[in-house]
Amino acid sequence: MEIAILFYVFAALAVISGFVVVFSRSVIYAAFSLLFTFLGVAGLYVLLNADFVAVAQIMVYIGGILILMVFGVMLTRKATDAEVQAPTMKTIPALIVVGLVMGTLVNVFTSATWPTSGMMPDIEGTTMEIGELLLTTFIMPFELAGILLLAAIMGAAFIARRQE
Amino acid sequence: MGLTHYLVVSAILFSLGVLALTIRRNAVLMLMGIELILNAANINFIAFAYYDGLKLQGHVVALFVIVLAAAEAAVALAIVLHIYKMNNTVEADQINKLRE
Repeated sequence: MEIAILFYVFAALAVISGFVVVFSRSVIYAAFSLLFTFLGVAGLYVLLNADFVAVAQIMVYIGGILILMVFGVMLTRKATDAEVQAPTMKTIPALIVVGLVMGTLVNVFTSATWPTSGMMPDIEGTTMEIGELLLTTFIMPFELAGILLLAAIMGAAFIARRQE
Repeated sequence: MGLTHYLVVSAILFSLGVLALTIRRNAVLMLMGIELILNAANINFIAFAYYDGLKLQGHVVALFVIVLAAAEAAVALAIVLHIYKMNNTVEADQINKLRE
């Protein structure tokens, strides 16, 4: 019962602040409401017994990506420019198309019968099992992710450096 | 709470991300739309992992998605900063140098 209330709280947090991200006139408001979207999604992960992924979500998204986004917002506005607004364009056709896509998706999701195993697991802590999976079954993607992160950081530093 | 509830939330977040990609002109806001889409995909992975008896492969794939999102955000923001230095704007409809 309490799980249901928590689910609706987190889902409403994620969806409403997602609406603010899309429709707010100010870029900085959108960046900060993205924070609440990520928090709501992390709450949904906790409800789904994914504690490690929830903590990773908070640390990587809110601690890393969101800070990067705010820096991006602040660095890409003229200091003398008083305009903080970012208008939207072609809103009505986009709303129609995206509404159709969302209707189709929701229709498929609600009408299909998903084969679930039925038994609700009640284990505590997924960190150890995830660590074992990462170092046995998923060792190759794990190492490749490390190489990708190194290449991405070096590439980002190379692209963004000051050109002389 | 059934699986369908989570899938519907994920569908709404995905649609919001696509909407942000289509109607916003600011490149940073379009990147935020991409993050919304990746979060929607992650909700699906975690929800299916839970309702299939907590198979942890879904969690591992979600972690890889988070890693890829971090790398993508770093590189894309570097590109956006570079575009801003060259064009003095990040509005996607004003960067039309290839047209001339």
